[in-house]
Amino acid sequence: MKSGGSLSIWFFIGVSLAVNGAVIFGTGIYELVSPPANQVVLYNLHANIWWGGLLLILGLFFSLRFSPARERARMAGNS
Amino acid sequence: MIPALLVSGSSSTLVHLSPVDLIIIVFYFVLVLAIGMYLKEQANTGEDFFMAGREMTAWVAGLAFLSANLGSLELMGWAGNAYKYGILAAHWYWIGAIPAMLFLALVMMPFYHICKTHSVPGYLKLRYGQGAQALSSISFAFMTVLMSGINMYAMAVVMRVVLGWNIHFSILVSSITVMIYVALGGLRSAIFNEVLQFFLIWAGALLIPVLGLMEAGGWNGLKAKILQNLTEQHVTNPGAYTHAWSTLGSFTDNPMGINWVGIVFGLGAVISMGYWTTDFLVVQRVLAAKDLRSAKLAPIIGAAFKMMVPFIVILPGLLGLALLRDPHTGSLLRLVPANLAWSETGQAQGLHGYDEVLPLMLARYCGPGLLGLGITALIAGFMSGMAGNVSAFTTVWTYDIYGALIKKDASDESKVRMGRWCTVIGVGISIVTAYFAMHAQSIMDYVQALFSFFIAPLFGTVILGMLWKRTTKAGGFWGLLAGTMSSVGMYVWVKVDPGAVRYVALSMQAQDQAQNMFRALWCCLICVVVTVVVSLVTKPKPDSELKDLVYGLTPIPKEEHVTILHSPVFWGAVVAIAFVILQIIFW
Repeated sequence: MKSGGSLSIWFFIGVSLAVNGAVIFGTGIYELVSPPANQVVLYNLHANIWWGGLLLILGLFFSLRFSPARERARMAGNS
Repeated sequence: MIPALLVSGSSSTLVHLSPVDLIIIVFYFVLVLAIGMYLKEQANTGEDFFMAGREMTAWVAGLAFLSANLGSLELMGWAGNAYKYGILAAHWYWIGAIPAMLFLALVMMPFYHICKTHSVPGYLKLRYGQGAQALSSISFAFMTVLMSGINMYAMAVVMRVVLGWNIHFSILVSSITVMIYVALGGLRSAIFNEVLQFFLIWAGALLIPVLGLMEAGGWNGLKAKILQNLTEQHVTNPGAYTHAWSTLGSFTDNPMGINWVGIVFGLGAVISMGYWTTDFLVVQRVLAAKDLRSAKLAPIIGAAFKMMVPFIVILPGLLGLALLRDPHTGSLLRLVPANLAWSETGQAQGLHGYDEVLPLMLARYCGPGLLGLGITALIAGFMSGMAGNVSAFTTVWTYDIYGALIKKDASDESKVRMGRWCTVIGVGISIVTAYFAMHAQSIMDYVQALFSFFIAPLFGTVILGMLWKRTTKAGGFWGLLAGTMSSVGMYVWVKVDPGAVRYVALSMQAQDQAQNMFRALWCCLICVVVTVVVSLVTKPKPDSELKDLVYGLTPIPKEEHVTILHSPVFWGAVVAIAFVILQIIFW
């Protein structure tokens, strides 16, 4: 995709998902170690750990797959 | 600790954010501004600023096409409607979207793309001349900024109720952020942010139905709980809340007071076709596609995801019907209309409005971090809708009003300059409208109705222009005017004499949504009849002037070397089959 410059929109999406995923995953681990007083419904499923982890993995995949270095190399290869 | 500027003074809010949640929200604002600044260098010409260089891939154009519509009160409003009307609300995502999106992709897109128009009013100018263009562009520009402002106000109210945020703070921060990134990067920036917002909306909202279904015991458990709860509350015909079609045989069998004629013809054939194929807010995203195949695939990709949106919007509303209970008494929680919930009495009694069902479900399942992501999803929805309104307004103003009526010899450079200023002015007018709406709450209902007045007849005008070469300049103009005026007339008639609803909507039981469906159906038919009659008695344009504008006179490029997996027709058929299967499952 031509995205205007060397940064692809998918890279921005990857960064966003990775950062959010890392924060949520980290919070989930903290809550596992130190359970909160007011727990949400289905707290026992620890959704923040697996959902945060999933977002982190997806975000890292997009960030690396569409990283600026790779995009520049791809554009150089095309020209 | 939440900064004092954010707090409205209200002590009762639905959710309480932790520092982790605030980090996620602030990161979102920083990222969208960074995207706008990064793309500023790629928005120097008119094609770049207003059409994103016409180089978007099918995926980017398709996701932006859908995301621009996910804005305003879409997420919370339709979750609330699902709580109020049951699964009938899903029709606005299925028959009220999918056939129209496929029709846009496979039938109308070639004409929009080949004639290289900048806007829908621009197509009307090429087809019908300046009269129809002026009528549609002025109405569209006026309604777009008005809607943008009113939605902005509605968002600020929601932020106050849900989070306790100061209303002025919410309006200023969200509008200035949108203004900066659209003014800097133009349509490209709006589209990029819409794609980002699309992912955040799903990431933030998808967990609610997943966890909700686990708690309810799957779809069958959910249906059983809804039936039990509504029976306890003596609701008439509780089974109607989980069936999409089987209760549409009669106006009295379902909570919306509508029958299948209103849904199929009013919603599916007129309102939906009008919105998805002629509302420039969404069509602009597809016009930015890099080639005809991408332009045809983009709405099909949008349709595939649109079919799934009920999972994050309608299902939470239904889960609210099944699972929400008062945390203090343990009894069933019954949500009420917004005006009652947000009144002083309602607030004192701790009532919640229909539109609060999504945040209530969010607070039910999401702890720190996930809550921040969920709130970010709501803010992203509001901002993508607002950016859609602002960028569409900017293009229509610059090309169809300024460039066509005020300064016909405007250079490309001056159009870009006008576009940037127009973004600032459009946001400014939206802010003024937001404050105007604050003092006149009922204006929201009127503007919603006014918006629908224009969209339904516009579809009749555009589709006749594309498919029937005999349609004349006078026919197009008078048909559009007659359709719009008849819609306004029917609306006023029902307001003055409520008994008229039995003629306009064929039933005294018809609720607001049902009235909108039938009014749209009649005004579109009037537009078509007037257009045809006037065209038959006036002189048509010669065929040579209709090339690239009308079916039969426009050579459509063949896709001879495209494999089946890259064929828009193939994917259109896949989406159509999935759509039919969904209707059968939820019949």
